[in-house]
Amino acid sequence: MRDGASSVLDEFRQGNVDAFEKLFRLHQRAVYWWILRIVRNPDEAEEVTVEAFWRIHRAHARFDPRRSFEAWARTIATHAALDSLRAHRKERNISLEPIQDPPAPSAPDPAFVAEIRQRTALAFERLPPRLRVAALLAVVEQLPHKEVAEALGISVTAVKLRVFRALRLLRTDLQRQGITP
Amino acid sequence: MNKDDQDRIQQLLREALPPMQKAEPRGNLWPEVLQRLNVQPRIAIKSIPLLDWALAGGLLAFFAFAPMTIPVLLYYL
Repeated sequence: MRDGASSVLDEFRQGNVDAFEKLFRLHQRAVYWWILRIVRNPDEAEEVTVEAFWRIHRAHARFDPRRSFEAWARTIATHAALDSLRAHRKERNISLEPIQDPPAPSAPDPAFVAEIRQRTALAFERLPPRLRVAALLAVVEQLPHKEVAEALGISVTAVKLRVFRALRLLRTDLQRQGITP
Repeated sequence: MNKDDQDRIQQLLREALPPMQKAEPRGNLWPEVLQRLNVQPRIAIKSIPLLDWALAGGLLAFFAFAPMTIPVLLYYL
C-alpha cells in the first residue's frame, strides 16, 4: 500500500501543481535556510528560493521518487545559489595596499582586528564562486564534506580540493595585502 | 600550505564570516513561485533560438522553391 508522501511525489513527478505546492510548503523553509547559508543575504535568498523552486518544478519529470526529495531539491537550490553568486559577483574597488603599522600581537587593537576581518571577507568575495560555496559550507558552516558533496553534485575529494584551493587563494590575497595569517 | 596554515586561514575565515543564524523567509513565497510558473520567462527566452531556426528554415525552403523571389526581396530591403 502506498503512503501519502509517496503519492504526492508521484503526482509531482507527473507535473501536478497541487502536489508541487504541498512539497513547496513542506520544504520551503529548509531550502531557504540552505540558500541563505550560501548567499548570506535575506533578500537574495528569497529570490533564489523562488528561482530554485521554479527550477524544481521545471525538472519534475527527471525526479526519481525513490530518491529523497529534500536532497534533490538541495542540489538544485545549491546550483541556483551558485548562479546567483556568479550573477552578483562585484568587482569592488578596495585598496590592496598593505596595512600600516600592525600592533604587537600581545595587544590586539579592536580596530585593527576589525580591518583584518573586513579585508578577509572582501578577499573571500573575490574567490571564484564555486570555490567560495565549498568553503562556505565546509569551513564557515562546518557541514560534513559528504553533505556538501551531495549538494554540489561532486565527490568528497573534489570538495576537499575546492576548499584547499579556496584557502590557498585566500592566503595569497591576504599576503598581498600584508596580512600574514 | 601545511595543516597549520590551513587551520589559521580557516579560523580567520570563521571570524570574518560567522555562521549564519537560522532564519525563515519573511513572507509567503508561493505567490511568487506561482507567478513564475505562469510567466516562465526563461523558457520563453530559451525557446527564441528554436523559433528563429524554424523561421530561417522556412525562409530557406521558400527561397528554394521560389528562387525568383530573392531579387524582389533584396530590392525591397
